Amino acid sequence: MILTKLAYKSLLNRRASVLLTLFTIAISVMLLLSIERIRVDAKTSFSNTISGTDLIVGARTGDIQLLLSSVFRIGYANNGVSWQSYQYIAAQRGVKWSIPISLGDSHKGQAVLGTSRDYFTHYRFAKKQTLSFQQGHAFEHLNQVVLGSDVASRLGYALGDNIVISHGMGNTSFHHHKDNPFIIVGILNATGTPVDKTLHIPLAAIDLIHGGSHSANNDDDEHDEHDEHDEHDEHDEHDEHDEHDEHNNLIGEPSQITALLMGFDSPLYTLQIRRNINQYKKEPLLAIMPTVTLKELWQMLAIVEKVLLLFSGVVILVSLLGMLTTLLANLNQRRRELAILRSVGARPWQLFTLISMESLFTTLLGCLVGCGLYYGVMLISSSYLQSHAGISVNIAMLSYYELTLIGVIMAAGFIIGLIPATRAYFYSLSDGMSIKT
Amino acid sequence: MGLVTPHCMIELDNVTFKWHKNDAKPTLNIPTLRIDKGEHIFLHGPSGVGKSTLLALLAGINTPSSGNIRILNRDLNTLSNTQRDVFRAENIGYIFQNFNLLPYLTPIENVTLGCEFSKSRKQKALQQTTEPKPSLQKEAIRLLTALGLSESYHSKDVASLSIGQQQRVAAARAFIGSPELIIADEPTSALDTANRESFIKLLFEQAKRANSTLVFVSHDETLKPLFNRAISLVSLQEPL
Repeated sequence: MILTKLAYKSLLNRRASVLLTLFTIAISVMLLLSIERIRVDAKTSFSNTISGTDLIVGARTGDIQLLLSSVFRIGYANNGVSWQSYQYIAAQRGVKWSIPISLGDSHKGQAVLGTSRDYFTHYRFAKKQTLSFQQGHAFEHLNQVVLGSDVASRLGYALGDNIVISHGMGNTSFHHHKDNPFIIVGILNATGTPVDKTLHIPLAAIDLIHGGSHSANNDDDEHDEHDEHDEHDEHDEHDEHDEHDEHNNLIGEPSQITALLMGFDSPLYTLQIRRNINQYKKEPLLAIMPTVTLKELWQMLAIVEKVLLLFSGVVILVSLLGMLTTLLANLNQRRRELAILRSVGARPWQLFTLISMESLFTTLLGCLVGCGLYYGVMLISSSYLQSHAGISVNIAMLSYYELTLIGVIMAAGFIIGLIPATRAYFYSLSDGMSIKT
Repeated sequence: MGLVTPHCMIELDNVTFKWHKNDAKPTLNIPTLRIDKGEHIFLHGPSGVGKSTLLALLAGINTPSSGNIRILNRDLNTLSNTQRDVFRAENIGYIFQNFNLLPYLTPIENVTLGCEFSKSRKQKALQQTTEPKPSLQKEAIRLLTALGLSESYHSKDVASLSIGQQQRVAAARAFIGSPELIIADEPTSALDTANRESFIKLLFEQAKRANSTLVFVSHDETLKPLFNRAISLVSLQEPL
């Protein structure tokens, strides 16, 4: 009891240096937890990008390159899939659904995806969640566009706005097709995936912005496609093609698409058709299973994960060393105080307990404050992380793993506190008694 | 090993002390010294003659290089470090030259501190109070008041007290729980003559009340007449 009281009063008496130590620990705990949480959530966000899609088919390239270009909008697909091949593959037995996608255009730096209306029904992310509309609905005409949540909020667009989609990637495309404005008819809910940063237009409209329907396409930029059955034709287009039948209106007859997403009735079909596609003679194609490739990709990024872990480890180490320094420095100043305690009857083990109690208390409080800071930082930064890094941060109770980390820090702090405590134990009585103030 | 003598408080027998083993000549060399229970001793000598060294030996803080020290018929040499700690906490009240108060505790907390580490001191302290519900605080208040620190200062910051007031707190801490032996190491060196005498008289009062033996160390020989026996450390030491 008396030791607790002494520890408390003594800490209070040295509150400036104790507070500094406490904050060093708090900040490092905060950093560790934040880095940990971002690491875990980045991984989750990453593997949540696509789900429910059994195969992605594109021109023959690397597995990861195909995944990056079709799902993450990173890099280019150098080649496309011919419309004939698409139709052939889509007609295979066991195919539940197939969605053609066409990439390569942009609007103010945001990717433009040409696809069919099926995209909004079959595309899944995270735990098989479908896309949902925050406002509006899927496109029904060639001149309509559906925005990802980020695009809408970042560019300040609202339903009914007219926007112009340019040809090619990047902000400064050479031709802007001012004569082809699109009307925003839908805005999707946030998904924490690249979908948020994508503008979705009908596949056939890709052709339109390239200035002609069913033209021969360059490999990179131009893709035209057909999808499914869409019911409307366009009213507002100043273009040449208003006259398709309803079926083909939104899909058109592109010569090439970038890739297609496929779902199957059974995993058996997935494997079989994947093999068939990879051995397809007429065109060099590649079929990947996105979940498998995502894992491979993350393994490639594992070094980043390790570096993050290393960082947090070093941060903790530094703060614990800082605590040790402070404790030892304090101990020198406290020789007299400890000697006084010895002179009024405190035993060496009681001094030992006193010092370890103080460091344990400092570490404990540091960890608590650190957790508080961590939640504060996460609350403040979660929307930024979501919009800028695509990491959906999950603000939840501390996980078992995070609690273990804190436990390890506390244990380390306690063990480090034993060093000055041991020194205090061996401070002899005469040592302190002879110090004059 | 001398005979067990019931009235003997302190008994030194051929005691020498060297700070370092290889020192040519001992800092302290006392062939014999005997102090009886209840005596108020004035131990004097010029600076550097070994007063503090002797007190450290009496308090069991240091052990002699040779010879025996017996306090309350206990041979300090035969006690382990821990046993000496316990023995000191239970039987010796020490007033330090620089008071050695903990700055972050109140006067009352400083006074009761020793009782927190020694059960027998605590019990004796509780027996001292005449109050219906004895508590350490009440005993501390009684001692502080008796030693001349008025109650308005009892819960103040120790650091804000004057030297004279701090000294009373230090004295009260030594007296609480009525230890058999009170050692005072130049506690009055910072006081003026008038205050010195009145403070020493208060010490005597408390020592009588607690039946404590008082060993008062000073280089100021003007205080000598106040005590019933004076010992010169110079003449005590064997001529070398």
